[in-house]
Amino acid sequence: MIMANHSSEYYVPPPSRWPIVGSLALLTLAGGFILFLDKMAAGPYVMALGAAILIYMLVGWFGSVIREDQAGKLGGRVDMSFRWGMVWFIFSEVMFFGGFFGALFYARNFTLPSLADAQMLWPGFSGAWPSAGPGIREQFTPMAAWGIPALNTLILLSSGATVTWAHWGLKQGRRRQLKIGLILTILLGLTFLVLQAHEYLDAAFTIRTGIYGATFYMLTGFHGMHVTLGAIMLTVITFRVFAGHFSPDDHFGFEAVSWYWHFVDVVWLLLFVFVYWL
Amino acid sequence: MRLKEPTTTRPALLAAGLLLSLPALAEYRFPLNLQPPVTIIGHRIYDLSTTINWICFGIFLVVFIPMFYALWRHRKSIGHEAHHVHEHPLLETLWTIVPFLVLIGIAIPTTAVVVEMKDTSKPDMTIKVTGRQWKWEYEYLGEDVKFLSNLATPREQISNQAPKGEHYLLEVDKPLVVPTDRKVRLVFTAEDVIHAWWVPALGVKQDAIPGFIRDSWFKVDLPGTYRGQCAELCGVDHAYMPIVVEAVPPDKFAIWMNDQKTRLAEARAAASKEYALPELVAMGQKVYQANCVACHQANGQGLPPAFPPLDGSKVVTGPVEGHLTVVFNGRPGTAMQAFGKQLSDVDIAAVITYERNSWNNKTGIAVQPREILAFRESQAQKVAAGK
Amino acid sequence: MDAIAHHIRHEEHPTGLMRWLTTTNHKDIGTLYLWFSLTMFFFAGALAMVIRAELFQPGLQVVQPQIFNQLTTMHGLVMIFGAIMPALVGFANWQIPLMIGAPDMAFPRLNNWSFWLLPVAATLLVSSFFVPGGSMAGGWTMYPPLYIQGGISYDMTILAVHILGLSSIMGAINIIVTILNLRAPGMTMMKLPLFVWTWLITAFLLVAVMPVLASVVTMLLTDRHFGTHFFNAAGGGDPVMYQHIFWTFGHPEVYIMILPAFGIISSIIPTFARKKLFGYTSMVYAVAAIALLSFLVWAHHMFTVGMPVAGQLYFMYATMLISVPTGVKVFNWVATLWRGSISFETPMLFALAFVCLFTIGGFSGLVVSLVPVDIQLQDTYYVVAHFHYVLFSGSAMAIMGGVYYWLPKWTGHMYDEFLGQVHFWLTAIAFNITFFPMHFLGLAGMPRRIPDYALQFADFNRLSSLGAFVLGASQLIFLYVVVKCIRGGAQAGDRPWEGAESLEWTLTSPPPYHSFTVAPQVK
Ligand code: HEA
Ligand code: HEA
Ligand code: HEC
Ligand code: CUA
Ligand SMILES: [Cu+2]
Repeated sequence: MIMANHSSEYYVPPPSRWPIVGSLALLTLAGGFILFLDKMAAGPYVMALGAAILIYMLVGWFGSVIREDQAGKLGGRVDMSFRWGMVWFIFSEVMFFGGFFGALFYARNFTLPSLADAQMLWPGFSGAWPSAGPGIREQFTPMAAWGIPALNTLILLSSGATVTWAHWGLKQGRRRQLKIGLILTILLGLTFLVLQAHEYLDAAFTIRTGIYGATFYMLTGFHGMHVTLGAIMLTVITFRVFAGHFSPDDHFGFEAVSWYWHFVDVVWLLLFVFVYWL
Repeated sequence: MRLKEPTTTRPALLAAGLLLSLPALAEYRFPLNLQPPVTIIGHRIYDLSTTINWICFGIFLVVFIPMFYALWRHRKSIGHEAHHVHEHPLLETLWTIVPFLVLIGIAIPTTAVVVEMKDTSKPDMTIKVTGRQWKWEYEYLGEDVKFLSNLATPREQISNQAPKGEHYLLEVDKPLVVPTDRKVRLVFTAEDVIHAWWVPALGVKQDAIPGFIRDSWFKVDLPGTYRGQCAELCGVDHAYMPIVVEAVPPDKFAIWMNDQKTRLAEARAAASKEYALPELVAMGQKVYQANCVACHQANGQGLPPAFPPLDGSKVVTGPVEGHLTVVFNGRPGTAMQAFGKQLSDVDIAAVITYERNSWNNKTGIAVQPREILAFRESQAQKVAAGK
Repeated sequence: MDAIAHHIRHEEHPTGLMRWLTTTNHKDIGTLYLWFSLTMFFFAGALAMVIRAELFQPGLQVVQPQIFNQLTTMHGLVMIFGAIMPALVGFANWQIPLMIGAPDMAFPRLNNWSFWLLPVAATLLVSSFFVPGGSMAGGWTMYPPLYIQGGISYDMTILAVHILGLSSIMGAINIIVTILNLRAPGMTMMKLPLFVWTWLITAFLLVAVMPVLASVVTMLLTDRHFGTHFFNAAGGGDPVMYQHIFWTFGHPEVYIMILPAFGIISSIIPTFARKKLFGYTSMVYAVAAIALLSFLVWAHHMFTVGMPVAGQLYFMYATMLISVPTGVKVFNWVATLWRGSISFETPMLFALAFVCLFTIGGFSGLVVSLVPVDIQLQDTYYVVAHFHYVLFSGSAMAIMGGVYYWLPKWTGHMYDEFLGQVHFWLTAIAFNITFFPMHFLGLAGMPRRIPDYALQFADFNRLSSLGAFVLGASQLIFLYVVVKCIRGGAQAGDRPWEGAESLEWTLTSPPPYHSFTVAPQVK
């Protein structure tokens, strides 16, 4: 923290309408979702409206941050804040996944054995993983690890490498490498998503297939959503690169996205091991 | 000081006497500790609780006598100057270690009780307890005796239209009967949501969890009637789900058990009888009071939208088949339970007839127990055929 | 310096409603949080009044059971998420930049959003009273399968919890970053006022556990609507799993509500004892230890679900251990008082009551942490007594003390000392009359969450209800004192308390719109 001694330089943004717009967006989105859940026809429309407001807010909000950045208002101290902020945000995401991994772990190690113990209620239930539970008489084949999932692991890992390669390019002022690296990363991310969608379509079970289906789809589904989000963020970054943003020693926006991408990568590795493989 | 002055001693003695009798008085009107236990575990818990409360009281004095002394002695209004000491390593170490040691002292005897409490091995008998919204079902495993236990307090007492009885809310139509001096193991499960079976005097509280089996045990020292309540929020009538355990000497228990078995046989015989309409309605009203009022209310109006009215319901006034299906199988995913598993054929016939001929429902149709039996068999066949 | 200050002081901000809707100023936002919290406190308190009215005597008089359960649930949820947490965040917003010599919070716009999400969540919660079936009635802990049975308001509650979680996470990140990155030169970590330390650690807890809550309520939602079987045995799920994940959040949550309160108390006691806080270093370590331990003890809320012996013993030992660092704090406060030069203004009275009454709450916590004893006390009024001692005479009274302590700084006026003391004494006495008897009710066997009870519980309940009515009415005095103080009163001066040390007292009262436009040098 070299610049740490001048807090007068810390940029305090003027009053902003984006937060309140964001609150309105979430209220609309949540309201619409509730209507949708309770099977009211207006639901999807209200949700769409909420999502539109939300996107409007995100574009506006990030737009002003980017403009402030380009105007050189965000000094080293603010940059440091952004870094810390991103680190803790990713930590909170880790804990969110932690909840679902916890559910998977608990169900396999505690729930199923104790259901198998309750022979009085569930005669003949063995409790072996994978399982759809004692009450669901459905035959299903679990997802095999060494087909698409293994390929997807490879794809995501190489996308982690390409984004790092792009970062090197940025740091050494080789903008071409930066651009190619980013585009490759996005393409790999999209390939991953396409394969994932294919896997879903081919799956021999659904989210209703007991605890196996539930943990499988929730974990991979939320991961897929994060990949999608990451890909959108990468796209935004790429546009900014083409617009000439970022300098070799000041490019927090880029780094934030790449951190996020690495986080998504690591979650996938855990998924591969605990959801598909073991 | 003139201590012997009679005029001051006498009131003082009187006051002391009053003060001393106060706890007794308080105990009478205002119980201050756990209910008197009647099992080993109950006694252990009682003693543990008393000890720990005294320890806490002791620590409280140790901490707060100095504090109040400081507040009084070191107050600014008498010109006390602050003495600036902000660290005292020895003291700080002490007040970290001593509480730790106290905790170890508490943990050792407690651990022994936990281990003893959880030891459900080698029971003399096992009873399966099933929690349902909002009643308990008891099944004496290996004896083919099984019954429901419902709140017996009349609704008028709850709504303040009648004076409340002595055991208001803690009384049931059929208590759980157990022998004294026998190790009784209970296995718990539930049908719909989580309930908790709790009888303070026995020192047993255990959640009954749908789809899972949990167990606990007790061995009652003294014959008597012990009362408790469901202790896990389980919906609207969570407050109205009491537990009554009647502990009787083993010989009396054997008699009771035989009696149950003969009654069961009688009930089976009764199912083949033909009943008149008024007879069924009268019996049905009792069944309704015990099993249905909670949701559908005495006036048949229900509590919409959660619980639909039966008065004027198309299902109730429509074909018997449809009506019977709802009552028998419930409506999955709603609070409406499958009463086919809970009630006897006679009861179901009676309650359905009651519903069809009460309030504004005037179908005049009497549904006979044998119709229920036929329905039960057809259902069983469907299940066997895989739906 | 003058030039910069001049420039910034004249920086424009909208007036009227738009000022509050769009503000990026930490003091404005702090004020919003505090008002929001007070409103919610009165709302949830009013629900508690109905609860106590129903429990005044056996039988159903005031509300039907379904409504009663809704009231209990909403009372708990709103008190925790609407009253206590926002109040503490309000303090953080006002005080942290002032105490560490920062110009504002690290992310002022995000700060605004964190606040303005709260009214959104509150709208969802409060409006759920008016949807068919009424509001959520499954207890603030939202246990399935009961939760799965509910209607539309149950979905509204889940989404409200998501939004509250989002708000808390963003708010917490903001606080962490502000403390780590925006300290004035010379303000090293071990010079931070203890209030700032407690908030740093609390914010860490928030970032760690709010997402866990979000994940588990998401599972509730999918179980309700998308056919998953997380909590349904037939599909290999487990209602007890919900409880494990919920309490992984829920137990740290209770420390989230008490640690900043510890911080407030650690500011007030030294001021009125005119002595530095005793054992500052050990205080910091104790808070950290409490926070770490709080992750390891969650299942003490589940001693009756039937865990294996080893599990019960582990969770019992770990829980008992928390008494040690908490004790260190209590002992340090007492030692701070020892040989001080003590005076008894309203904030100090609240702080002293806090130390005593919180300790009673801590002791009842220790009692229920013993598995066999908890078997008798779980889900009884003993637990209700326990958590109101730590939450009302703990968190809420610390908040009230803190408000009296900093009101002069915030408004520039002194509050009415006489009325403040009246408020204190009425609150302290009525509080004990309300909640102390609940210990005995629990011991005697009265379950919680019931609208109606057996006759042997009648006397204590009547006493408790009477106490509660006085307690409720006394809070109106609080409202009056606060409003009166904002509107006028004796000038407070920069440092109304002669013993007060931290940085905020070097600024004017009320402080300038942008607190430290030039960072102060801390020695
Ligand atoms: C601010 C909130 C807060 C705080 C600080 C605490 C603090 C503690 N709590 Fe409490 N608790 C709640 C809020 C809180 N709790 C709530 C809301 C519930 C109910 C949730 C629900 O079901 O709805 C609950 C429930 C609850 C239970 C579950 C009860 C049940 O449902 O059956 C347990 C069991 O172990 C427990 C234990 C403890 C312990 C051991 C502490 C310890 O941290 C206390 C430590 C403090 C002291 C011990 C006093 C000071 C120490 C000394 C002076 C040193 C010397 C002391 C000794 C050596 C003993 N709490
Ligand atoms: C966080 C803090 C918090 C606070 C501050 C309080 C404050 C109070 N609580 Fe709270 N309570 C909880 C958290 C809290 N509670 C939680 C988490 C639960 C568990 C919920 C569950 O089981 O799911 C609970 C449950 C609970 C119960 C048990 C309900 C049950 O199990 O059935 C009861 C019963 O008496 C109760 C009473 C009170 C009372 C009388 C107050 C009083 O202190 C309130 C005083 C304040 C006011 C009254 C507001 C101000 C005044 C007015 C609005 C003016 C109008 C009033 C008059 C003129 C009289 N609470
Ligand atoms: C735990 C609450 C509860 C209890 C106890 C209960 N019911 Fe119901 N009942 C319901 C609910 C909820 C429904 C509506 C289900 C739905 O939404 O389809 C219902 C529906 C019905 C219906 C169909 C009504 C209609 O118009 O669709 C009948 C008939 C009925 N119950 C009879 C009974 C009888 C007879 C009993 C007692 C033996 C009983 N119920 C006990 C909750 C209950
Ligand atoms: Cu059953 Cu509460
Ligand atoms: Cu806890």
